Amino acid sequence: MTSTTPAERSPTTATALLEVEKIGKSYGQVHALRGVSATINAAEVTCVLGDNGAGKSTFIKILSGVHPHTTGELRVDGRRTRFASPRQALEAGIATVYQDLAVVPLMPVWRNFFLGSEPTKGIGPLRRLDVAFMRRTTRAELARMGIHLRDVDQPIGTLSGGERQSVAIARAVYFGARVLILDEPTAALGVKQSGVVLKYIVAARDAGLGVVFVTHNPHHAYLVGDRFVLLKRGVMVGGYARTELTLAELTREMAGGAELAALGHELARTDPGTSPPDRWSETDPVGSGPHGLRPLGPPPPHRDIEKESQQGVDT
Amino acid sequence: MVARAVSLPGEDGPTTISPLTRMLRRAEVGAAVAAVAVFVFFSLVTESFATPGGVATWLDSAALFGIMAIAVALLMIGGEFDLSAGTMVGSTGLIVGILTTHSGVNVWLAVVLALVFAVVVGAFNGFLVMRTNLPSFIVTLGTFFVLQGLNLALTKAIIGQVAVQGLNAVPGFFDARWLFGSTFSLFGTAFQISVVWWLVLTAVATWILMRTRAGNWIFAVGGAQVSARQVGVPVLRTKIGLFVGTAAAGWLAGMLQLFRTSTVQASTGVGQEFIYIICAVVGGCLLTGGYGSAIGAALGALIYGMTYQGIVFAQWDNNWLKAFLGVMLLAAVLVNTYVRRRVEVSR
Repeated sequence: MTSTTPAERSPTTATALLEVEKIGKSYGQVHALRGVSATINAAEVTCVLGDNGAGKSTFIKILSGVHPHTTGELRVDGRRTRFASPRQALEAGIATVYQDLAVVPLMPVWRNFFLGSEPTKGIGPLRRLDVAFMRRTTRAELARMGIHLRDVDQPIGTLSGGERQSVAIARAVYFGARVLILDEPTAALGVKQSGVVLKYIVAARDAGLGVVFVTHNPHHAYLVGDRFVLLKRGVMVGGYARTELTLAELTREMAGGAELAALGHELARTDPGTSPPDRWSETDPVGSGPHGLRPLGPPPPHRDIEKESQQGVDT
Repeated sequence: MVARAVSLPGEDGPTTISPLTRMLRRAEVGAAVAAVAVFVFFSLVTESFATPGGVATWLDSAALFGIMAIAVALLMIGGEFDLSAGTMVGSTGLIVGILTTHSGVNVWLAVVLALVFAVVVGAFNGFLVMRTNLPSFIVTLGTFFVLQGLNLALTKAIIGQVAVQGLNAVPGFFDARWLFGSTFSLFGTAFQISVVWWLVLTAVATWILMRTRAGNWIFAVGGAQVSARQVGVPVLRTKIGLFVGTAAAGWLAGMLQLFRTSTVQASTGVGQEFIYIICAVVGGCLLTGGYGSAIGAALGALIYGMTYQGIVFAQWDNNWLKAFLGVMLLAAVLVNTYVRRRVEVSR
């Protein structure tokens, strides 16, 4: 029952649930993704990191069977496979939790939990939903993920973002997922809610699932990841085990090291002493600009993130 | 199951929800309150409203609208509209009328053929909506005009007038009338058989919505179609089924009217389609889909029926009905919007 930190466990001894080798996808002449190799083991979290347009969604689509790959190899339990449909991927135990979570906000939690795979009892015209079983199971499965709902009848739209994400994860686990692909689960969430979701990722890992955690946030990735796959403009630029790199290195890799330095030069003011008064600072005492951009330089003594983001929207 | 129990801190334990909260959460609560208010009002204002005879009158009125409103409500929960539902009442009535009186077709066969026609038109509506991704409002507006035109033009071309008469001279008419146009006695008053159809349909629709997989799918395709598809809900089948449902309800309403009066006008049903939608909305259906109830729609129709006949009993100007309908609709939409906002807001 004891939960171990990623570093304490040895990733190499686990069996590979899913492997991809030099996998890629082309749409006609356009290469959306090329040369990605990765191993997804049971009870491990594999993080797929990349900026917007790096090929993360294409990678997910290959793994989840939405678009089959055009080059390379995909192996499930060591056997070469090619998913022609999401249904096939599901049958192989690969479940995907998309960003929109595939839930219906106005429907009760228990109806959402079983949506599309509702258990029934009775025959003929009396064939009906096994409501008691559905309610009970939903409650129990969510409790297993550490969510104790007051009422499984409440519309799922009334749950917090993190809780909804967790319901989607619990649902995938219940329906026999061995590999769980999470598409940017923390992207739309605040700090606290992200923490909730990261806990459930760990819970799913400890339950023996191979988790593919797709994100552009290296901090979230490093908290839970055992392996890291870095994508950039449709190409795999690196694959690391946790022991091979530090958070700082991961962050630098993600930000694109040299590119960030160049950006720094671009944003830095040529001559801070004689430059005209900062036009942002007239309306904003903190000195943050639109979209949270600020000129490089010593940070102001206090940053109110909430306030900054609101002002970013207002401008 | 491979999963092991994992407990995480910071969550509240389960507590019970009060029965009152549970009741107030239902879609049809507003309509139920309004129905009681309307009943009490007309019982006080008029002499005959609360007598058995009065009840039979407004129940019949409510039944004919209720049958349609229930089907339209299911379709609205599924996220679509059907403006051709009203003219379908006329079309199916005309088909049976013309086939039996003009072409000498057996009554029962004609009734079945009319149902087949309704199913085909409903399936066509659904298929077109799903294939083109056009709003069902536009697609069925088109079907509405086509049916309205055909009803008049074909009837005139075939029998030379705009109303079919003389059905009671057709052999077998009174057999079919037993099913669609008879009355039964209760408390010494004759009630129309349509009331039974209405109640049965309300029960069946509620059963489907609340207790079957199809019901789950109807809520899902109306609430979030993309999500529904992602988890394997047969979206196309569900939606086409709903369009077929409204068309079939149109057929039933058509038969009920035809066999009671033994006559049908080519313009029957035109202009009623919005009343069905109003009944559904008053009953708690959201215009945006994904929420509502069949019982609510039945109550909406009950409110309409009571008001319609209540105004007659009170000997007021009938035009008040329209004004009342408008007020009810606005009030219902405001309440529904408030409910939806409360439901959709994340904690």
